[in-house]
Parts: sequence; structure tokens; C-alpha cells
Amino acid sequence: MPTIDLPDAEAQCSELAELIRPHLRSDTVLVGIHSGGVWVARRLCERLALNKEIGLIDVSFYRDDYSERGLHPRVKPSSIPFDVEGRPLILVDDVLYTGRTTRAAINELFDYGRPASIQLAVLADRGRRQLPICADYCPWRVALDPSQELILSTNDDGRLQWSVAENA
Amino acid sequence: MRNPQLNANGELTHLLSIEGLPREVITHILDTASSFLKVSHRDVKKVPLLRGKSVFNVFFENSTRTRTTFEIAAKRLSADVINLDVTRSSTAKGETLLDTVDNLVAMHADMFVVRHAASGAPHLIADHLHRLGRRDVHVVNAGDGRHAHPTQGLLDMYTIRHYKKDFNDLVVAVVGDILHSRVARSDLHALTTLGAAELRAVGPQTLLPTAIEKMGVRVCHDLRAGLRDCDVIIMLRLQNERMNGALLPSAREYFSCYGLTPAMLALAKPDAIVMHPGPMNRGVEIDSDVADGPQAVILPQVTFGIAVRMAVMGILAGN
Repeated sequence: MPTIDLPDAEAQCSELAELIRPHLRSDTVLVGIHSGGVWVARRLCERLALNKEIGLIDVSFYRDDYSERGLHPRVKPSSIPFDVEGRPLILVDDVLYTGRTTRAAINELFDYGRPASIQLAVLADRGRRQLPICADYCPWRVALDPSQELILSTNDDGRLQWSVAENA
Repeated sequence: MRNPQLNANGELTHLLSIEGLPREVITHILDTASSFLKVSHRDVKKVPLLRGKSVFNVFFENSTRTRTTFEIAAKRLSADVINLDVTRSSTAKGETLLDTVDNLVAMHADMFVVRHAASGAPHLIADHLHRLGRRDVHVVNAGDGRHAHPTQGLLDMYTIRHYKKDFNDLVVAVVGDILHSRVARSDLHALTTLGAAELRAVGPQTLLPTAIEKMGVRVCHDLRAGLRDCDVIIMLRLQNERMNGALLPSAREYFSCYGLTPAMLALAKPDAIVMHPGPMNRGVEIDSDVADGPQAVILPQVTFGIAVRMAVMGILAGN
């Protein structure tokens, strides 16, 4: 099993913000995917001094594994507090893996209207995509075994941190 | 004994009655409903959760309103909805309930929404599907006889939670024809499970079930005593057909004793909410000034009802 050094997630948020900054437009808005993506989107919003509220999206109603796994027990309401129509959006998630969550999020966003564009920003890209999706902004590419789960969480001080769990 | 509503993992697989549902399951449905509520405000009022699934509304008893809300809920989940007015077709030709079900299963039904005049009919169907080994077909009780109307009970709980946040300190009065009301039974079971502080059943002796005290309910034959310092008032529809059964002298006399007027409502807490499952009889159980007044939450109940039914169907179809 590969063991890896886990980087500082807070520093990565700053790094990600700098990757995005040159491409920001005055009407760009961020949409975080529950729950890790929302934490990252909030930090990006602060570091980029965006004055617009971020959107929150829970893709539970759009997942393609619903018939196998059922409805997620803790579905959060999606909240898109702005008009999506004609706007450049940046979708934010913590980890990009199979690409299925991103696919579900894009589908959901289109049910709110037709955005001008959607870009994808993630803290970590662990490869092994199952769909033709790639990140536009990503500070960290990491190879992990499929049995390993890369988890972003908040510690007691409210700081973001990475951990890796082994799934049997 | 097997709980007919839950699968081996303790997940909800049919919704037959609120009685016997664990508190966590009820809370899960209400939490999920709040996510669905937002879907109805969007440009596209649909999510693809039940895409490709067939939901059969099988109504052995007339009800345009409940059938329509289930139909809207299923359509907002992207299901295909088939409405069967069985009273006018199969049953009229002599087909038994379970034969009707078998035929619909052969048409690849994924979910049945059932209303029946006989208490226990949805349970019978769920049991039948279990014996057939069809764990992939789900049943929702949309009202059976005098027994239960669980989605109405759940939407009432959603409404109460929306306005009152917490059940712990609540005094809730259910007023009217409790004897014939499956809504009242579902509400009382749900409120007990969710831990409401005090439940009152208010109505004339002839319209209250015997031994209702055993449900932990305080019985009041006097409306004033029943409403005093209440947080929530659930009015029930007085079914006109009860007048013929010598249970009541007249609609006018009923209104004078049990009609909710502004003066009566003033006895409840100033922020008390007034609920009604509809359809209302203005001037029989409720005064128009109350029904249209600021404390009435009767139309929000309808809106919440769609989200709650979406949550129920979304959860069932995934289990």
C-alpha cells in the first residue's frame, strides 16, 4: 500500500485560489459540492475576496448509484442563491476521482438554468477517472490505491486536514 | 415479529402507517423533504431520482386531491405515473384486490400508491409482495379506512416542525371527528413518537373513539378547555355523511359548539398555528376569518405535502 505525505489543505486552498485568480471574471460565482467542496469554496471565496454568496449543491438526487445504494441518509438542500443563466460558474470539490460526482453536479446545475460556462476546481486529483472529465484548477495530483479513501475534514480549530482511510 | 414496513437492514421499504415507525425514520423523511422543498422552486422542478420507474396510483376510493399530490410528487422525481381508478374498472368487474396487484406487477410496477376504504388493504398488498419475494416493489398507503394516512401525518409533522422547530414543549389539539379520521390517528402516533408534551382530542362524545385515552391523549368535550394555551390546532373535516348517522344534530349546532372562530382561537397561544388536512367546510368546522387569517398554515401544508411525498417515494425506491 503506498503511504504518502499529506500536504497542508489550508495552504492548498491558497494555492488553488492563486490558480483561479487570473481567470476570474467580475460575474464569476463558486458552487461547492457538499460537504468537502463547500468548505473549500468558502475558503476560496474569502481568499479571492469575492463578494458574491457561493452556491451549495448536494448531488444525492442526481447520483447514478441510487438504485444500488439508495438515497443518502443525510441529504442537504441544494442552494443556488443567484441566477445561473448566462453566468460563468466554478464548481468546487475536495477530491476528483471517478468523475461521477462532477457529472451529477453539472446535470443538477443545468436544472437551474443555462450557465455561460462551468469550470472545475478541486484540491486533489487522484486519477482513475471513469468519465471524460478533468479539473481546470488543481494544486495536487496524487496516486492512491482504490482501497484507500482520501478524506478532507475539519479539525477542532476549524482547519481543513487530509486523512487516508483503508477500506477493507 | 417482522415489521412489514422495514427491510432486513431496518430501512423503510413500504410506508403503511406511522405507528411502529422509529423516530429516526420519521426524522429522516422530514429532513429529506426539506431538500426536496427547494426543488419545487427551481427552473426545472424535477430531479432524475425515479427516472424509468413506474408509480401506479391505485385508488379504490375517490380522492382527487391526494392522488394529484402523489402524482405531482412522482413526476417531480421523474417517475412515470399511471393513475388507475379501480373503483370504476377491475373491481367493478369482480377482480380481487390481489389479482389487480398481480396484474400491475406483471406490468412492471415499481411502486403502488394505494387508497382503500378497507383498513389494512395496503398492508395486505405489502404482505403479498413479500410472499412473492418482490422486495423491489414498494407500497405507500395513501389512506386506508379509518386506520392510517401516514403521508398526511408526516406532512403535518413537517408543518409543525417548520413553524415550531421543536416538539418537546408543544401542546397540540386535534379537533373534530376523530372517530372516523385516519389523519387524526396518524398525527397522534407521530406526535407521540416525536415527543410532543401534551396531546388533546377535542370533540363530541359521539365522534371520539372509545379508550382514546390509552394513546396518551387528554380528552376534552369542551372546545374552550381543549384550545386553551395550545401551540398547534389541527382541525378535522366534518364528513357530511356523518350527519345522517345520528352522530350529530346539525352542521349549525356543530359549528356553534366545535367551530373554530376567531374568539375561540384567541384562547390558544397568540402564536398558535391552525392546520387542516382539507377539504375544508367553511362555517361547519372552521370560520372563514380563521381559515384565511394569519395563523392558518393550511396552504403551506399543501406545499410541504408534495416535498414530503417526494421524500417518502425517494427513500422507498432506493431501499
